[in-house]
Amino acid sequence: MINPINQAESSFGKVLYERLFKNKEGLIAFAILAFVILIIFPTVLSPFRLNLTGKYLCYAFAAVGLVMCWGNAGILCLGQGLFFGAGGYCMAMFLKLEASDPESTAIQSTPGIPDFMDWNQVTELPWFWNPFKSLPLTIALIITLPALLAYILSVFYFKGRVSGVVFAILTQSMVACLWYFIVGNQGYFGGINGITDLKTLKGWDIRTEDAHYLLYYLCCFLLLFCILLSRYILSTRLGRVLIAQRDKEMRVRFSGYNITSFRIFIFCFAAVVSSIGGAMFTLQVGFMSPNLIGIVPSIDMVIFTAVGGRESLLGAVYGALAVNAAKTAFSEAYAAQWLFFYGATFIVIVLYLPKGLAGIYHDHIKKWIGKSMSSSKNNDGETPALVTEEKNAE
Amino acid sequence: MPSNTDYLLAIEDLTVSFDGFKAVDELTLYVDKGELRVIIGPNGAGKTTVLDLISGKTRASSGSIRYNNVELTSMREHEIVRAGIGRKFQTPSIYEKLSVYENLEISYPWGRTVFGSLKFTRTKQVIDRIQDVAQQIFLSDMLETQAELLSHGQKQWLEIGMLLVQNPELIMLDEPVAGMTAKEREATAALLEKIAKERSIIIIEHDMDFVAKIADQVTVLHLGKILKQGSMDEVRDDPVVQEVYLGH
Ligand SMILES: Nc1ncnc2c1ncn2[C@@H]1O[C@H](COP(=O)(O)OP(=O)(O)O)[C@@H](O)[C@H]1O
Ligand SMILES: [Mg+2]
Repeated sequence: MINPINQAESSFGKVLYERLFKNKEGLIAFAILAFVILIIFPTVLSPFRLNLTGKYLCYAFAAVGLVMCWGNAGILCLGQGLFFGAGGYCMAMFLKLEASDPESTAIQSTPGIPDFMDWNQVTELPWFWNPFKSLPLTIALIITLPALLAYILSVFYFKGRVSGVVFAILTQSMVACLWYFIVGNQGYFGGINGITDLKTLKGWDIRTEDAHYLLYYLCCFLLLFCILLSRYILSTRLGRVLIAQRDKEMRVRFSGYNITSFRIFIFCFAAVVSSIGGAMFTLQVGFMSPNLIGIVPSIDMVIFTAVGGRESLLGAVYGALAVNAAKTAFSEAYAAQWLFFYGATFIVIVLYLPKGLAGIYHDHIKKWIGKSMSSSKNNDGETPALVTEEKNAE
Repeated sequence: MPSNTDYLLAIEDLTVSFDGFKAVDELTLYVDKGELRVIIGPNGAGKTTVLDLISGKTRASSGSIRYNNVELTSMREHEIVRAGIGRKFQTPSIYEKLSVYENLEISYPWGRTVFGSLKFTRTKQVIDRIQDVAQQIFLSDMLETQAELLSHGQKQWLEIGMLLVQNPELIMLDEPVAGMTAKEREATAALLEKIAKERSIIIIEHDMDFVAKIADQVTVLHLGKILKQGSMDEVRDDPVVQEVYLGH
């Protein structure tokens, strides 16, 4: 427990430590995750599997976003793929322009524009593709575009006090709209095939094994950074207001808060985090298509979050890894049964494990550690480390 | 436009109808600065609805509510709070997942915007204020306790404490001693008397003994209208009041 009096007097470093990790246990749990994804995976997994894991970690960004807006603020978003896609498409558009230089597209009727435009009789680069000629602008858009979209799509609903299931369904229809929009505008966004044949980033070939390693590490660092940033936000009074308005909306209003702006803020924040994941996805996988961001992937993202524990940032990562690994393993061996198994798992989690993997850890494993610790008198640092690793290995 | 008054709260011709049913009907009520006003009345009389109207939870169909001569009927909830009115709900409304300290801290009237709460720090001033309030509501030993572990009476106190941290000029309490033990009621009466010295209070209450202990003025509400207004004794002796209310 944080002693409020000590906190006021302690140094900046200590305050930051408490904000990011709360206590030693939080630090250890974070360190374990970092160790697993930064050290263990790259040493144990083949380059192909590591690239696959990097792809799963991209979904973890969306799950972290959902932990913030659904788990902690009570805003269920069934359309997180929209924001994942915003980042993914921004990155894909940049890479596509780079891959479409006049020399390599010389056989097209209009050289210098993406191939799918040429196939669809588009003869000039549409104006909204221009920002994607510049990498800094693209990166800026990966951050600002989802925030802007999230703002526009939520401000009127939150102002009109639409929330809960109704808002969730609205977000799902939004992502469906985006899907139709992309599919319908084949000449501008590549349609159902998506944006493919992405080759280089500023001349650096992203398809090589070395590039995959580097991008994997970049993805890990960005994910860990997003987790720390989220933890910081949750540690401030804003984090407590979010939980408070999730549980007792009226009480918070009558304590003088305008909840609308808090909801918009966290919804936008979740969108930006997901968008970063989408951009990393495009870089690691080498293409982006509407089926990667539509209704089904959006629901998958909610499932990853639920499996990991919707209030747990680290759980979100384990959830994304566990479900995706299971999906890959199962659908390689028993493609037909996978969907039933998947559905059943989700139902079991919703009914019996509302707190997901994180709940298993907090409610059972931690108690068990507590018992064995008091008998063996270990120091409190080492045992939880072991057990979280077991959980991760599951 | 209603004219300016010296009252803290001037409610005039206030009406709200839910699908034609007038829960509050042409109500006119004045509350002085520093007054402790008790509103009683049978179930469904419209007491909670009056508080809902003042605090902006429900929109009035017609009439005016003026607080320090500022019209409240078109303001939003958080604006009304920031104007200086705090309210407690009929069922204890606290944040179960947060500690007692955090519950009180959320009510602290600083940085109630998004960026204000990102920057909010626990200064000595904040901590002192919260500890002071915790003492008044008999919870100083439980600051780190998670709120859902409190007893029903303690939850009621905690919500009163949240109002005190907020430091409003007018406090409105909806059945604050409901579900409390006799001992807790006594402690609450003492607490309210102390609070009342520094601000105005509107209390809705069912418990007659409790009302007799604390009230200056009692307003009896029935079917959305005022039936009687006066001291506790006057009200208790009124035959009409006895018939609709005390006779039950
Ligand atoms: N939002 C609402 N919609 C419809 N009817 C309501 C609403 N709020 C209150 N009422 C009705 O108004 C009447 C007064 O309710 P209330 O103010 O809660 O009474 P009480 O005096 O017991 O607090 C009741 O008949 C109740 O059913
Ligand atoms: Mg009531």
